[in-house]
Amino acid sequence: MLDDITKVAPSAAERIKIQTKMPTIKGVEGFSEANCMTHEKVKLEVSDLNLFYGKDRALNNVSLQIPEKKVTAFIGPSGCGKSTLLRCFNRMNDLVDNCRVEGQVMLDGHDIYDRTVDVAELRRQVGMVFQKPNPFPKSIYENVAYGLRLQGVKSKRKLDTAVEQSLRGAALWDEVKDRLHDNAFGLSGGQQQRLVIARAIAIEPEVILLDEPASALDPISTLKIEELIYELKNQYTIVIVTHNMQQAARVSDYTAFMYMGDLIELGDTDTLFTNPSKKQTEDYITGRYG
Amino acid sequence: MKQWFKSGAPWIWLNGGAVALCMIMVVGLIGLIAVRGFSHFWPAEVLRTTVIDKQEQSQTVIGELVRSETIPAAVARDAGYSVPEGAELVTRHLIKQGNRDITGNDFMWYVATGMGEWDYPQDIMVLERRQWGNFYGFAQQIKAHGEVIAERDDAQFWQELEQRVARSVSLHEEIKAIENGAIGDVNHALEGLRLARKKLTINNADVATINRAEAEFAERRAELQTHYEVAKAERDALYQRLERDTLVMQVADGQTVLVPLHNIVRVSRPNALSVWGKLAEYSSRFWGFLVDDPREANTEGGIFPAIFGTVTLVLVMSIMVTPFGVLAAIYLHEYARQGPVLRLIRISVYNLAGVPSIVYGVFGLGFFVYFLGGSIDELFYPESMPTPTFGTPGLFWASLTLALLTLPVVIVSTEEGLSRIPKTIRQGSLALGATKSETLWKVVVPLATPAMMTGLILAVARAAGEVAPLMLVGVVKLAPSLPIDSHYPYLHLDQKIMHLGFYIYDVGFQSPNVEAARPLVYATAMTLVMLIIILNLAAIKIRNNLREKYRSASD
Repeated sequence: MLDDITKVAPSAAERIKIQTKMPTIKGVEGFSEANCMTHEKVKLEVSDLNLFYGKDRALNNVSLQIPEKKVTAFIGPSGCGKSTLLRCFNRMNDLVDNCRVEGQVMLDGHDIYDRTVDVAELRRQVGMVFQKPNPFPKSIYENVAYGLRLQGVKSKRKLDTAVEQSLRGAALWDEVKDRLHDNAFGLSGGQQQRLVIARAIAIEPEVILLDEPASALDPISTLKIEELIYELKNQYTIVIVTHNMQQAARVSDYTAFMYMGDLIELGDTDTLFTNPSKKQTEDYITGRYG
Repeated sequence: MKQWFKSGAPWIWLNGGAVALCMIMVVGLIGLIAVRGFSHFWPAEVLRTTVIDKQEQSQTVIGELVRSETIPAAVARDAGYSVPEGAELVTRHLIKQGNRDITGNDFMWYVATGMGEWDYPQDIMVLERRQWGNFYGFAQQIKAHGEVIAERDDAQFWQELEQRVARSVSLHEEIKAIENGAIGDVNHALEGLRLARKKLTINNADVATINRAEAEFAERRAELQTHYEVAKAERDALYQRLERDTLVMQVADGQTVLVPLHNIVRVSRPNALSVWGKLAEYSSRFWGFLVDDPREANTEGGIFPAIFGTVTLVLVMSIMVTPFGVLAAIYLHEYARQGPVLRLIRISVYNLAGVPSIVYGVFGLGFFVYFLGGSIDELFYPESMPTPTFGTPGLFWASLTLALLTLPVVIVSTEEGLSRIPKTIRQGSLALGATKSETLWKVVVPLATPAMMTGLILAVARAAGEVAPLMLVGVVKLAPSLPIDSHYPYLHLDQKIMHLGFYIYDVGFQSPNVEAARPLVYATAMTLVMLIIILNLAAIKIRNNLREKYRSASD
């Protein structure tokens, strides 16, 4: 256990160093105003998005672009709409009664709010991991295989391979390979969260949405999740909502600051934290907000 | 004092007192039933004494003391007993003297005045008979074909008797097996032929077909008749063999009585038994009570058909109510649009639980039995008319009525279970591209199974104890056969059944022999309570296993 800590801790610290060395994109014209990153391949594009819960407006004319195979973090005080925005990307807001969406969200250039879109299909492309680990009351194996079984995969061999790959991808394989058929509730919180991530990547989505994935975990598990996010961005486009600004700084390539349903500022993480262009952002990251 | 009130201690005492009172009542209830019910099977000592009867004659009495009480002398005098002048109170004893065929009464009150010494002769024998209840007396001889085989003083007398009783009991079992087996099969097949023939007439088959079928039926009937003759001959031979032995008994007043051995179920000499012997006798009697058929208008013998009927009824009820209730609850909770209409439906469902059960019985009789059952008979069983098949009270309608009665319980618990499942689990499934119904059936419903089991436990507890509606829709005093047997379709939903709850009512209040029936009421009540406890424990065990499986899902 102690070994784990010593092994993980410096690497996370190193990463922050790496990130600070990353080339900035400051100076790209119109960047901070239009919230777009022209030199990256855009995966998700949001334009003039308004969202209402009944009469309450939760998002105001939000427009932004999310680059492919990068980590984009949303930060902001509670109730600022960052989770709501995240849930627009896989239409989880559809589940909320009297929730109304205006505007466009394009995934690879296709509007996901188009009437012809199959929501289940969309969610297979845009996976999501929630704040609290939510494994199903099944075995570890069945949890990971769940999405594939839904798609009609029956071959034992295919499932075995996919389960192993996903668990390895979520850095959980070594811990659970001997008890794949035990109930998933027997795992610790951190392991459960990684299992949920394994479950999400098993169906090979293109985008993974992480809604405060580490907020219910202890620091060691949090570090493991952060390491994992760092690994995953080679393959997936990742959007993460977090309350923890250090976490955003550690794991993300780009950071968006939201306040009261408005997108205040989006920029590369280093710039946003060291040299924010908006006063509100600066106030928030320096802790002048509650 | 004020301080004491302020401290809250009185409240704690009040609450504790309420709990204590509840416990006393529960323990008292179970205790009373257990003591009265279980003590019935204990082989009581048989006493012998002399009494002065109403004609001032001395008379010897043999029997078991049931209970004693003290009554005013005037009452005894009015009843015709000779009571000495000046006595205000007299004690009287209720003695179970058996021998109903000889004395006319098997329970008699005797006043203590003028009663002789009580003694307990070792060789008093108690015979449990198929007819006329218990027999108390002294054995004299065993005879076979009229020849004396053993005298009472022979060393081998008791062994000889026991052997011969065992033989006659097993012969009886063989006869029963033939009657239920071979002869039952023949009767069943004959009834089938009769119905098939009638069906042809009803369907207006042409003459040629009927004649052809007629010939075939005649052939079959002849064949069955030969089967029947064979079985009957076999049975008659067994009856012949049963007639072999007779026991010569001497009763209390000295006269000698012949008791055919085929009339005897069990013999015992309670006064000669050690404690272990009594325990063995006790177990044998208790076991007999659980597995035997009733005799003598339910006042003797066992209650097996009632236990079997109750269990079958509850199981069939569970099979009907669970899927029905669960599906209704899922619709109400997952699919129906929440609004005033739904609220109205929910209130109606909840209030169904408060309707008196006899009302369900009336509904079951009017709607299920007469309307539904009558229509089923018309459509599917026209050949057996005018004898109704489903158009008469039976197991199916009784189960359905109970299912209706317990439906609200299952719906309410299932709904509660569904609403306890964390939203995150549903979202997790949806986020993986599952549709709503996939999420429901693969994740939500399995998680809600413990709650469904809770509903089922409550339903079973309520259904097993219900009597009132059952009297209208299918439970009878004495059913000729069990609802499950070896004839297709094995489970006979149209049959009438016996039920422990109704048995208690019937034996306790409708029995011609009150004193004989009283202990059976307690014993049957105890059996019913134990049965419900066993059913519940089984269900609770299953539920706990399920809960363990889905343990921390709702944390």
